[in-house]
Amino acid sequence: MIKSNSESGTSLRHVVKILNAEVLTGEEPLDQTVQHVECTDLMSQVLAFIKSGNLLLTGLTNIQVVNTADISGLIGVVFVRGRSPSKEVIAKAKEVGLPLFLTSYSMYEAAGHLYLNGLPGSTE
Amino acid sequence: MTLADVVQRLELKVLSGSELLEREVTGGYTGDLLSDVMANADTGQVWITLQAHINIVAVGVLRELTGIILIKDRTPDEATLTKAKQENVPILQSDRPAFEISGLLFNLLNE
Amino acid sequence: MHYPRHEFPIKEMDFVRAGEASLQVKKILREMKAENDLVRRATIACYEAEINAVVYGRDGVMSLEVDDEGIYIYVEDKGDGIPDIEQAMMEGFSTATEEIREMGFGAGMGLPNIMKNADEFTISSAVGEGTRLKIIFRSGWTTEEA
Repeated sequence: MIKSNSESGTSLRHVVKILNAEVLTGEEPLDQTVQHVECTDLMSQVLAFIKSGNLLLTGLTNIQVVNTADISGLIGVVFVRGRSPSKEVIAKAKEVGLPLFLTSYSMYEAAGHLYLNGLPGSTE
Repeated sequence: MTLADVVQRLELKVLSGSELLEREVTGGYTGDLLSDVMANADTGQVWITLQAHINIVAVGVLRELTGIILIKDRTPDEATLTKAKQENVPILQSDRPAFEISGLLFNLLNE
Repeated sequence: MHYPRHEFPIKEMDFVRAGEASLQVKKILREMKAENDLVRRATIACYEAEINAVVYGRDGVMSLEVDDEGIYIYVEDKGDGIPDIEQAMMEGFSTATEEIREMGFGAGMGLPNIMKNADEFTISSAVGEGTRLKIIFRSGWTTEEA
């Protein structure tokens, strides 16, 4: 059931497919490999523990999510439960080159599908 | 699947409610914002969170959650555990992060 | 070599603009060709300090100074000040309101995280007068022109 992605890793494009997600920041080359997946609504947690190259799943949609992700060097942010951020937030993400995704899955379901597809969590 | 099965399969520590593990688990909900969980979690779900402060017990009661899994070894204080026991809210604990616990539980419930 | 000093205002409870000062610092450090890890550490520390100033500080100002030895960031605010700094430095200690927590902050991790990322960190505060942070980065700092 669990596929190994250890050789090539999983790209953002593949994540989009797994989560049936919408790419909010427009057409991007989504070839980057996701290092780890993190689930949290606490930006303090992201700033203190999450390594660059990780993908964040969150239910928060304010502009500080984009600032936090940018500053922490995250590879992208997936907003869960179909809650889309405002136009200003999307514009800010485009400005800093941070891909944003929207999925209708809850954080739990999104994590479940990514985990089943072999994406790694943080090893810390 | 019962909470006891989940405890065993996910290797969780039981911090409160060890007598309540026959409860049925219908699903999971992952999140760290109390307002979000209050608004969107469903009866019978297990809540996976980093939040360990006393208000989680009230959310557990009001949303009729089967239990709460604290991730990354988050440990509630005595007052929270006392309240959880009074209110019959099982509190479980894991050293794993939210992504993994969510993934494992999702996997388990969809086997 | 002379380096200019930069100052950025921080507005009380302005959650839309919060982070702008830190992103400016990031931009300046990038332009100075600071290495990625250093930029990340410095920007995370700035951002934590900026969020604190927005939440607790009334108005404040962040300033950036650079010389051949390092990067110096000062964050001063006009807030109520911190009665017990030792307590405030403890991970998990927070006086944040529910509103702040719902924004994803106020988990009591900001000051410890600044300490973790900085090479040197001093905090001084007086009740009723405000709080002043001095955050210094030296490791990884090399100037191109040197």
